[in-house]
Amino acid sequence: MWDYIKLAVLGAIAVLAAIGVQYGWDLPYKVNAAVVMLAAAATFIVTVRGMERPKRAANMGEYNDGVVRAGVIATAFWGVVGFLVGVIIAFQLAFPSLNIELTGILNFGRLRPLHTSAVIFAFGGNALIMSAFYVVQRTSGARLWGGKLPWFVFWGWQLMIVLAATSYVLGGTQGKEYAEPVWYIDLWITVVWVSFLLVFIGTLYKRREPHIYVANWFFLSMIITVAMLHVVNNMAIPVSLLSSQSVPVFSGVQDAMTQWWYGHNAVGFFLTAGFLGMMYYFVPKQAERPVYSYKLSIIHFWALIFLYIWAGPHHLHYTALPEWASTLGMVFSIVLWMPSWGGMINGLMTLSGAWDKLRTDPILRMFAVAIGFYGMSTFEGPMMSIKAVNSLSHYTDWTIGHVHSGALGWNGMITFATLYFLTPRLWNRAGMYSQSMVSWHFWLATIGIVLYASSMWVTGIMEGLMWREVDANGFLVNAFADTVAAKFPMYVVRGTGGLMYLSGALLMVYNMWMTVRGLPAKSAVNTNNAIPAQ
Amino acid sequence: MFAKQITKNSRTKAQVETTGHIWDGVQELNNPLPRWWVWVLYLTIIWGIGYTIAYPAWPMISGATQGILGPQERAAVAAEIDRFDSANGDIKAALIAAPLADIPADEALKAYAIPAGASVFKNNCATCHGSGAAGVQGKGYPNLLDNDWLWGGDMEAIHTTLTHGIRNATDPDARYSQMPKFGADGLLEPAQIAGVVEHVLKISGQDHDAALASAGATVFTENCVACHTEAGTGDRAQGAPNLTDAIWLYGGTRETITNTVINARFGVMPAWAGRLPEDEIRAVASYVHSLGGGEAAPSPAP
Ligand code: HEM
Ligand code: HEM
Repeated sequence: MWDYIKLAVLGAIAVLAAIGVQYGWDLPYKVNAAVVMLAAAATFIVTVRGMERPKRAANMGEYNDGVVRAGVIATAFWGVVGFLVGVIIAFQLAFPSLNIELTGILNFGRLRPLHTSAVIFAFGGNALIMSAFYVVQRTSGARLWGGKLPWFVFWGWQLMIVLAATSYVLGGTQGKEYAEPVWYIDLWITVVWVSFLLVFIGTLYKRREPHIYVANWFFLSMIITVAMLHVVNNMAIPVSLLSSQSVPVFSGVQDAMTQWWYGHNAVGFFLTAGFLGMMYYFVPKQAERPVYSYKLSIIHFWALIFLYIWAGPHHLHYTALPEWASTLGMVFSIVLWMPSWGGMINGLMTLSGAWDKLRTDPILRMFAVAIGFYGMSTFEGPMMSIKAVNSLSHYTDWTIGHVHSGALGWNGMITFATLYFLTPRLWNRAGMYSQSMVSWHFWLATIGIVLYASSMWVTGIMEGLMWREVDANGFLVNAFADTVAAKFPMYVVRGTGGLMYLSGALLMVYNMWMTVRGLPAKSAVNTNNAIPAQ
Repeated sequence: MFAKQITKNSRTKAQVETTGHIWDGVQELNNPLPRWWVWVLYLTIIWGIGYTIAYPAWPMISGATQGILGPQERAAVAAEIDRFDSANGDIKAALIAAPLADIPADEALKAYAIPAGASVFKNNCATCHGSGAAGVQGKGYPNLLDNDWLWGGDMEAIHTTLTHGIRNATDPDARYSQMPKFGADGLLEPAQIAGVVEHVLKISGQDHDAALASAGATVFTENCVACHTEAGTGDRAQGAPNLTDAIWLYGGTRETITNTVINARFGVMPAWAGRLPEDEIRAVASYVHSLGGGEAAPSPAP
């Protein structure tokens, strides 16, 4: 019965999408409708074929690891895509002739949001969803709640990524940074995200331990806050049900403030709180050490989530934003420094007593470097939110350097380490195919980040100083084009760093592939998959 | 600080207890908060409270608290602008009062006007003319470093061009002229166009087909001399370029010249009056005049 309802709904979606393909007002809309139609048709076929097979009840004594495995693959895949696009746009900035004219599809302006969304939401998002699914099951001693719902979250998220990517390159965008997806994609994200929330809470509800492990607080705060941010920042009225265009509900400086309230907390909850959740589980596991301080984890958790929410105005210093809002944004950012470092201390101190392992275990080394970069960018961030510093750094490559020391160093590195942690366990292997490749990846990525971040500090500070340089009579000394020309060598260095980072990721994919395909199973049944008896 | 913390930790590790919970093998130690961490947190909070007392910060029902020291940002910018305005006031007034033709000879005025003009140029004109003022070859943005002027290269002429612009729709006094679209509007036959193009190649000293060129000479006399003159040396009163030199706006090949004759060109420059104050227009005129091609004022007509 349920299957037939499902088929009817899928059929209806496919028909509606076909209408959209035919009558849509703009190209992104039509192409997105075609993607939806294909997705509905594929799901339809899979459902029909599933009906022929006898139903197998899920083994309730096992964790639902299938969806985590899928997430591991998706994370690695989108990581490579996102880094590749990053490398392309990095070289486009150095060599503008690489903006190949193809009705605009390959222009920097279209590829840049493709890069940011691919790395944050596709790579980072899959990393968060799959590790939240893995961690909440292990620390609750319970199988994921919701039957097939986790799989809906997984595939729904991938559909969102494909829709967003295809619309960006065709010019479909809301023009809000990190919130570019057009209105119907936003609605879909909401549906998927709320399902994610339900799966997570449902699993926590079934937990065996009386207490909820700290990693899960971070994941839960991430899921709830991102839901709120996403809904408020994307409030808009579509021009037509057949158009990808919409009119935002807020306007002027209110819109800007809402956008950066969203933007900063995308950093704070998506790229920070969620990834701290990963850290709190995988670091003690890999180091085989207890977490350093329970007290610290409570205090810094609450301080972090309380303070982050107010820090957004530091993205709008010296704009139409009233001065008082700017002051508050700056003050909350600086008070945020120690709560952020609480996570770093807890992470690094968990390694104490396991320092010797850093020499031999490249995976642990990746975790350590990730935490180090987290500490660095959460020192740099509060510093950049000081008005006097921001008046130099704002609009310059310094911001880009800050972003990537956080993104490559913290989010990227901790995700790589997590993938190395999970791959052998999920596929029942004794370990990774090659430790020395992990080591190579570590060095390629680390040197890549150093090249990226240091070149951007140099260009950022240089261009900031050049922009503000005035002669004795108060006239600007440099033309904008002069600053662009001066940045060229550093743009090449940045691109090279990016290329190294990408090569490291490709090495990781090969290593993962060989682990899954080339190594024998560790044991007849995967003990890692079994829910331990009470 | 870490090093200290670490050694202390390894010393006391044995005594520290866990919270007693175990999640999938993960335990938590009951270490106290690091002292330095707590103190720095308190310091930032105290500093934050102080800062919000000093400056505008807390939103209230009607407006925000203004702080003991009051708003700073806009006042600081206004003060900076004021400082330069008052420092430069006298020299700006002198620049505006001086007869244009006298500026290049006045060392005091020049010492101010040329660097100021360079800055105005880089921030307004460089987009089209390039930050080195060499124009964009082949795109119709003229090189300002040479002495080949379309509308005149003395101070008065440059100033007029800057003030009103060229062929824009906003200033009725803009410099204006328009070459006919000889091909697109059917004014000339293709064969005639081919001929006149060879003639232009000839007078600009390039390789050409002599037979076609001599037929083209007649076409030139009948259609082009009103603007470009008999010799092809152009007419500044109409902004008609000199065709006998090696300097081209859109390129001097057979192909681009043919394209120009068929479709004509219509280069536009905005009027700067209203966008820039008079002293800056004069400064940037002096700068352009100083770049190498500046001409003396023409002697008054007899
Ligand atoms: C191979 C690695 C990467 C390269 C070469 C790269 C390159 C770039 C480039 C060239 C830009 C545009 C900068 C500009 O407009 O001046 C950019 C922007 C950005 N990238 Fe990356 N990127 C890489 C990896 C990542 C990762 C892993 C993340 C996040 C997890 C990330 C997040 C961002 C963000 C958020 C921006 C926008 C920054 C802003 O607007 O301030 N990137 N990247
Ligand atoms: C205490 C923590 C942090 C604070 C106070 C902070 C502060 C700042 C400031 C002041 C800016 C520059 C705003 C501007 O001038 O436009 C900025 C930009 C940015 N930061 Fe952070 N940061 C922190 C941590 C992080 C971390 C850990 C990441 C990434 C993992 C990150 C990602 C970004 C991104 C993506 C932007 C660029 C936003 C844009 O597109 O303009 N930040 N941050």
